[in-house]
Amino acid sequence: MAVTVSVPTILRTYTGGEKSVQASGATVAEVIEDLESRHSGIKGRLVKDGSLHRFINVYVNDQDVRFEGGLVAAVHDGDNVTILPAVAGGSPHGPV
Amino acid sequence: MLTIRRDLVEAMVKHARRDHPDEACGVLAGPQGSDRPERFIPMLNSARSMTFYEFDSGDDIRLHRELESRDEERVVIYHSHTATEAYPSRRDIDIAGYPEAHYVLISTRDPDSDELRSYRIIDGEVTEEPVVVE
Repeated sequence: MAVTVSVPTILRTYTGGEKSVQASGATVAEVIEDLESRHSGIKGRLVKDGSLHRFINVYVNDQDVRFEGGLVAAVHDGDNVTILPAVAGGSPHGPV
Repeated sequence: MLTIRRDLVEAMVKHARRDHPDEACGVLAGPQGSDRPERFIPMLNSARSMTFYEFDSGDDIRLHRELESRDEERVVIYHSHTATEAYPSRRDIDIAGYPEAHYVLISTRDPDSDELRSYRIIDGEVTEEPVVVE
């Protein structure tokens, strides 16, 4: 399953500056493993404790994969995978 | 340095005042690579919280596509603090994922005076920058 992955600026240090890279896999987890094999270090920015990082959003064809099972969400040939850093934060006394 | 039109500053402050005591958030879009904010885009704080803000992930991918189709980017990402100063919190810094953006903080803690400041947040390092209002 070949897919195109759109990479945000903050992760382009791992892709040699490329904003779009190719990867393969049948699930989001497999795509991330494949990315890691070619762009070492990127997985650590996407996955934490076996789940997608809380403040990284991953979309398959613009659908947030958290609503499709997260890392086990299916990916099909030709799909577009988009990674966006979450835009979030808050004042010093809020919940973590 | 952030150079910004007065009407855009007023729009952000007005949004922050309207949503007080919840935190407000949004972006100012501008042409890619221009470093010039031109378009005010208020976003919904999906956390609807006095101490936290977050763009809804669905809203954010739609924003991403809209900006892409117009050759624009997030020149400014703004949010308000409603009980504390306009300085990035530890969590603001940890989560900040757009090293290319100006992070604008607006404090609405004082009903009579607006506090608006701008920062770059890169690799966990915060640098305040002057704001020039045109």
